[in-house]
Formats: sequence, structure tokens, C-alpha cells
Amino acid sequence: MKIGIPKEIHPGERRVAATPDTAKRLKSFGFDVIVESGAGAAAEFVNLAYTDVGCEIVPDARSLWAAADVVLKVRPPTADEVLLLREGGTLISFIYPAQNKQLLEQLAARKATVIAMDAVPRISRAQKLDALSSMANISGYRAIVEAANNFGRFFTGQITAAGKVPPAKVLVIGAGVAGLAAIGVAKGLGAIVRSFDTRPVVKEQIESMGAEFLLLDFKEDGTGEGGYAKPMSEEFIAAEMDLFRRQAKEVDIIITTALIPGRPAPKLITRDMLDLMRPGSVLVDLAAEAGGNCEATVPGEKVQYAGVTVVGYTDLPSRMASQSSQLYGSNLCHLLDDMGKAANYRVDENDEVVRGALVLRHGELKWPPPKPAAAPTPAAKPAEPKPAATPVATSKPASKPASKPRGHGGGHHGPPAGEPGSPLPLLLAGAALVGIGVGAPPAFLSHFTVFVLACFIGYQVVWNVAPALHTPLMSVTNAISGIIILGGMLQVSGAPTSAATILGAAAILLATINVAGGFLVTQRMLKMFRK
Amino acid sequence: MSYSLLTVTYIAASALFIMSLGGLSRQETARRGNLYGIIGMLLAVLATAFGQNLAGAMNVGSSGFAMLAVAIVPGAIIGATLAARVAMTSMPELVAVLHSFVGAAAVLVGLASFLDPGAHPTGTEGTIHSVEIFIGVFIGAITFTGSVIAFLKLRGSIGGKPLALPGRHLMNLAMLLGCAFLGYQFLADNHHGLQPLLIMTGIACVLGVHMVMAIGGADMPVVVSMLNSYSGWAAAAAGFMLSNDLLIVTGALVGSSGAILSYIMCKAMARSFLSVIAGGFGSDSGAVAAPKGDAPVGECKEYSLDEVVQALRDARSVIVVPGYGMAVAQAQHPVAEITKLLRARGCDFHFAIHPVAGRLPGHMNVLLAEANVPYDIVMEMDEINSDFPTTDVVLVIGANDIVNPGAQDDPSSPIAGMPVLEVWKSRLVVVMKRGKGVGYAGVDNPLFYKDCTRMLYGDAKKNVDALLTRLRDE
Repeated sequence: MKIGIPKEIHPGERRVAATPDTAKRLKSFGFDVIVESGAGAAAEFVNLAYTDVGCEIVPDARSLWAAADVVLKVRPPTADEVLLLREGGTLISFIYPAQNKQLLEQLAARKATVIAMDAVPRISRAQKLDALSSMANISGYRAIVEAANNFGRFFTGQITAAGKVPPAKVLVIGAGVAGLAAIGVAKGLGAIVRSFDTRPVVKEQIESMGAEFLLLDFKEDGTGEGGYAKPMSEEFIAAEMDLFRRQAKEVDIIITTALIPGRPAPKLITRDMLDLMRPGSVLVDLAAEAGGNCEATVPGEKVQYAGVTVVGYTDLPSRMASQSSQLYGSNLCHLLDDMGKAANYRVDENDEVVRGALVLRHGELKWPPPKPAAAPTPAAKPAEPKPAATPVATSKPASKPASKPRGHGGGHHGPPAGEPGSPLPLLLAGAALVGIGVGAPPAFLSHFTVFVLACFIGYQVVWNVAPALHTPLMSVTNAISGIIILGGMLQVSGAPTSAATILGAAAILLATINVAGGFLVTQRMLKMFRK
Repeated sequence: MSYSLLTVTYIAASALFIMSLGGLSRQETARRGNLYGIIGMLLAVLATAFGQNLAGAMNVGSSGFAMLAVAIVPGAIIGATLAARVAMTSMPELVAVLHSFVGAAAVLVGLASFLDPGAHPTGTEGTIHSVEIFIGVFIGAITFTGSVIAFLKLRGSIGGKPLALPGRHLMNLAMLLGCAFLGYQFLADNHHGLQPLLIMTGIACVLGVHMVMAIGGADMPVVVSMLNSYSGWAAAAAGFMLSNDLLIVTGALVGSSGAILSYIMCKAMARSFLSVIAGGFGSDSGAVAAPKGDAPVGECKEYSLDEVVQALRDARSVIVVPGYGMAVAQAQHPVAEITKLLRARGCDFHFAIHPVAGRLPGHMNVLLAEANVPYDIVMEMDEINSDFPTTDVVLVIGANDIVNPGAQDDPSSPIAGMPVLEVWKSRLVVVMKRGKGVGYAGVDNPLFYKDCTRMLYGDAKKNVDALLTRLRDE
């Protein structure tokens, strides 16, 4: 199978869907990789680097799209590119199906199979191919770099011979992947970082990154679907704005990352708040593409408003093209790995991840995917009791066949519940007791009492032993059963030459080996168990 | 030492033994438990030695003490040497051979008790005493020879295949009846019963050999714990014949402990105790694992070392399923190193232990502990079975039957109904195996043909070592 890597033609886009490193991995999956000449140039990957790992370079886009079975891209294709796609071909890229209805129609007309990297479900199994997170991470990093670049002061506080420098104060609004990355970088540069998010659950994550969580004295949980935030009530927004207004007076840098899926970005920083900020402050708006969190944001531009630099770049990942290409390329590798590599490549709609990201299949619209069956409920056990499987080879266990496939194994611990039913054993035991009571002398009975009670104690105590300790249990009981040494000792009382004495002495010898060996080996074993 | 004081010491020793077993319930208290056991044993031995000395009627005297010393000192030295020398992988053999000592001691005590001119009660008590001796010697003899055979089998000195003589159940029955008849003679002829007693001892010895010979290697965990139980009952029987409560208590503790372990092991293999004892895995049904129409088909896909390394490097979660093969190859140390390495890289790493993995209950735990694997990442089957579907890579090292999906979905499989580790639900299973042979149960394993399974053939130790070196080099 041939995988094609075209050059991105979107103005200013510098990323590429495969780096030499990820191309090498694709090769190892058994794919042939063809790369448009100059595809990686903007991300500092020259043609030679690709040929070195065994990729074929094709001169222009037309021949590349024609030759490739699967095309990997970064940006959604333009109308022209769609026409280049082979009829019935496969495209894996960012698509944003919700915003690009027209594009979907064009692709459908080509009978294309399309997988949208932005639609990969956010479940833990799919983390390694979550390209949005990869890109958000880079955006967060770059946001701080841009802020620092436009900020006229140190981030870190210093006390120098020339005087004291106060540390910069950074406010990060929205603690998703990008927000957390930004917090980490700002912290690393030495700034004082605060963060706000409508979802109380992220408090811990914010604090784990070393930032202070700004608490709003207002009870409303903004946790929405898929880990995103949902729109908040008006009262909440009022309280929130009030908080931002107060913070605006104090902080030097604001990073906003607030996005709500499928809606324009909420306006969180108004012009009057920017007025309150000190001149020279910087605001980086990561939501610029969705309209921006700040009223003064101009998407794609850096503007000045009341002495505050407002950065609204929408291409932050592209500004770190090497890094983002590498991460995005890895995400694609993981996806193709999951889809069965070259040998077993298939678009498996039973795979939750593939199904979620699948937009078109042979031109048929597959998006949006059906809701996953009621999140992870403690799923119905797939291995439910098989209808009375009758063991053939073993003679006995048929009485309780596979109905309990997991059995007592060892995890469930505790004496098995007495089985109701057959009173026969009890009756027999009763009869035996009566028999003994009739025939036996009192001296025997007192020993017998001790014996029976000891059996019960042993039964209770041993059920509590952890399965991991069964070997030590065995060697300890082994040592303890060396108590038979007493039997030997009671026999050596006669003359040294009598048969009883000699036999007794031999018994003592054997039992001592047992006692010493058993205890010492147990000690040795137990010493090894460590947490 | 007065008689009361002796009794009190015995009570203390009994309590210490119970606390000893109780202490083993958790890793944290296990070592203290062992200490209790040692103290209990010392108390019991000292009290008996001095109690006898002062009791007048049974005056040990200085010659008695010399006798004691002659017997105890070499015994202790031999025992300590064995304990210090034994490799953790040969733990099953050691346990088996120690059982045989208890059995032998019980036989000797029984014979000595019979020959002891001092103590021969008459009447009902005399009869009971004789019965006690007879039963004690009987159990002791079976334990003795049975354990010796188990030891030889575990060491590999004799083959693991069950010995299935024709009509072996009848033979066993005949021997039992013979013993019963001799018992009757022994009782009838109270004071000259040495001959029937000795003959019975011989028969019981043969019975022990025959019983264990008929049991397959895969059932050894059950056999070893069963013999553990027997050695306890033998001690208890000795306690009855000597009217010694401490022996009775201790014997009963050990006996029930072994019985419970056998029960757990049987459960884990979905087999009844009787069918294990009767021996010969699968032989009751005639054709062993006759392959039905749905016998696994297809071919095993192999992986190279590099591919395994790659899989491990990319994995976020790994579960290792060790089996007897890991013990045989002594691969636990490099496995532990890999564990450390991958855990340091943030990989979610666990071990899954099947209750009958290895040849002794808890065998794998001991080996992993020896290699310094922290015990909180070592999971039992029930704890970890639900985790397989979310696991990236499962490494099966020298295990076979305990990961056989046939136990769940092939009712004709000889191990049908046995709980198994559901490794095939994970994304990738790498099975490390010496060759293309079958497991102890002699059953083909459909796991090897599954789509998610890759085989890595070769000596487990060498392969694991190679994996470790390559993972380190990166």
C-alpha cells in the first residue's frame, strides 16, 4: 500500500504529515511512502532526509495524489486538492466536519474514505493518536514563548546588583491541554502563575503543574462532554468577569484558551479589562481561530490595544513546524498501527476509535458517529456462564460446571459458603460422634475435643492467608509439623540401647531437619517480599 | 518443671503456632508470624526436654540429654544447610522432601511407641492406643514414600507423566483392604503385633509410591499441599498415641492448612480432589484430548526480538504472566530488571499470577519476590482479569495451560471450566516458549493461533536477557 505525503498548500502552513522519523515507522509497518518534493521543507526536513529512510520523492502534487492509496495531510484539503484525490481514495487529515459541510460533499462526490484526526474520540485508549492534544500542547508552549517575546521584562524575579526585578504574573484561563502546557512553561521560566477554569475537577491538575487555582465563590460545575467545558449561566459569567477584572489589574500576561466545542469562543476579556492592565502587558489568545476570548483579538494578527499587545495568531503549532510535524506524524503512525498496519489494513467500524474518527466511507456520510453505548458501565461480562459445558475428561467437576468460570481461584478469599442441601454429611458426623461418645474413654475424649477444635481454628486461620504467601505458609506449616520431634523426645526415655530409644532418636533427627530447614527457608523467603 | 507448668507451656506454644499462621495472612505481618512459630517450637522442645527430666517417672538423665544432643545437633545443621542452599526455583522439591521427613518421623515414633515397654494400657484404652499407633504409622508411611516420589518427580529424576497401571484403582483398594485386615490382626494380638504392623508399614509405603506415581506433573501443586496435610494428620495421630495435646493441636492446624490449600488448588484447576488423587490427568475418559473438528487451526505468527522490544517500548501498559517455564529458566531476575526499566519510563506494569502457576501454591510470588519485584504490582487472577482488555502488551513467559482460552470456550477440552487468565483480550500477546510443544495438560492451546498473539521461541532466560539488553541500549 502506498501512503502519500503532499506538501501543505494552505498559506503559512509549515507542518507536514510525516517526518523522516515517522515515515521510517510507516515503512516498518509495511507501507510504501511517497513524498511530494519539498513537502517537509518548511519544517526543516529536506527531500534527502526522506529518501534516506527509503521514501520515494515525487515531483508534483498531481502525481502524488494519483499514486497514493492513502493520503496523509495536516490541513483540510482545498477544493482543488479534493479533485486530485483518487476516486475511492482514502484521506486522513484534520477535517473539522462540523464546520466544513461543503468539503464533505465534495469528498463524498469522490467516493472518498475520510478519517478526521480532529474527531478521534477522547478516550484513554486513543490518547496516543489524539492529534488535537498534541497540537494543543504545542500551542500552549508557543503561547508563552510569544508572550515572553512581546513582554519587555523577565519572567523570573531576580535580585541583582542593579536592583530588584519582580517576577511576571501570568494568568492562564482554561486549563485544558494547552492551558496546562502554558502553565508548565511559564512556571519553568520563573513566573508566578494563576489559572482559572470553570471545571472544578481540574483544580488538582492546575496545582500539580505548580500554578495557583483561582477559586470562584460560586457553585456551578462547567464540566461538559468529552472533557470540554460547557456554556455557563449568566450569573456565573458575571462573577467570572468580575474575577478577571480584578486579576487584570495585577497580572502582566494573560493566556486565554477557553473553547466550547461547536460554538464561537466565549468573550472573557473585554476592552475595559485591557484598559485596566499595565501598559506593556501581553495577552495571547489561543481561541483566536474560533473568534477569540478577547474583544480586541484580531485572528491571525498581533495588535496593540491601550498599550497591551494582543496576540491572535492562529498558526501557533505551524510556527513550531518540526515539533508539531513530528508529534502529528506519530499520532498518524499510531492510528495506522491500530488499523492493522499494511498487512491487515482495514477501516474497522467496530473499533470505537476508528468509528469515531470516520467521516466518510466510500463517499457515504458516517459523521457524526453514534453515541457510544452508555459510557463505561461496569460492562456486562463477555464471558457469561456458558450453557452447562460438560467437562469430558475430568470425572467429577461436572456438578458445578462452567457456571462460575472464575471460581474461588484465590482472589475471593474466605471459607466457601456451606452448601445448602444434603444433610447426609452432618448426619454421619453426628452418628460418628455418638459412636465415639459410647465407646471411648474420657481421656481420649479430652484429646479428641482438642483435636476437633484445633481443626476448626486451622480452617479459619488458613483461609485468611494471602495467596501470594501460600508457599511460605506451606514451609511454615512444614516446620511446625516438625513438632513430631516431641514424639521422638518422649520415646528416648528408656535405656540408650532399647529399640524404642533408637527409633525415637532417629525420629528426632528427621524432625529437627524439618524444623530448622522449614523455619529458616521461610525466613529467607519472607525477607524477599518487599513493597 | 511441674506437670501444670508443662501444660501451660504447651498452651503458649499452641497459641504461638496459631498466631504464626495468622501472621501469614498479610505480607506485612508474615515475618513476625514466622518468628512466633520459631518461638513456639523452642518453647515446646525445651519444655518437653526439661519436663521429662523432672517428671521422675520418665527420667531422661544425662544419657538422655546426650541422646537428644546427638540427634538434634546434626539435624539442625542439615536443616539449616538445606535452607540456606536451596534455590528459590527448587522450593517445591525442598518442601516435598521435608514432608517425607515428617512422614518418616511419624512412622518411627509409631513403632517406638509400640515397642516402648513402659506404656501399654489395657482394655478399651489399650485398643484405642493400638488403633492410634496403627493409623499414625499408616499415614506416616504414605506421607513418607509419597513425598519422596513427589520430590523425585519435581526434580525431574523421574518423568512427570502419570503412571497408569491397568486396574490401579483396584490395586489401591486391595492394598487398603489388606491394611484394614492387618489392622484387625494387630488389634486382636495386642502384644505380639509387631509383624502385622511392619507388613502394614510396607504396604502403606507401596501405596504412597503408587498413588503419587499416578499423578501427573501438572497436578503437583495439589499433591504437595495434600502431602502437607498428611504430614499434619500424622503428627496429630502421634499426639493421640502419646496423649500429647500440643502434638494434636499442631497436627490439626497443619492438616487443615494443607487440606485447604489442596482445595484451593483443585478449584483453580476446576478439578475435584478425588479426580486428582485418583490420578492420571484425562485418562479416565479414555482418549486424551481427542482433537475434535474444532481443533485450533491456522499457524502461529512469530515475532523477532526487535519487534518485541518495539512493542514493549510503545506500550503504556504491560502485564507479565509467568509460568513454570520462567522458574525453570531462572528468568525472574532479568524480568524484574525489565520491570524496573519500564516502570521508570512510566509504563503501567503488572504481573498476573494464576493460582496454579508453578509447581507449588504461591510459587511465582516467591520467585518474583526473590528478584525484588514489589509485591503490590503482583496481582491475582481475579484482580487482574478485567484489566486485560485495556492492556497493550501481555508477555506470557513459560506458561501455557493457565492462559488457554479453550478452558472457557471449548467444552471438549480436558481443562474445560478451569479458570484461566484472559490474556487474549488484550491488544497484543507475546508468548515466550521453548518450543512448539504442549503444556503439562497435553492440550493444544488455541491462544497461539489468535490474531493478537505472537510467538517468541527459544530459551526464556536468553530471550529475556536479550530483551533487557536491547531495552537498556535505547
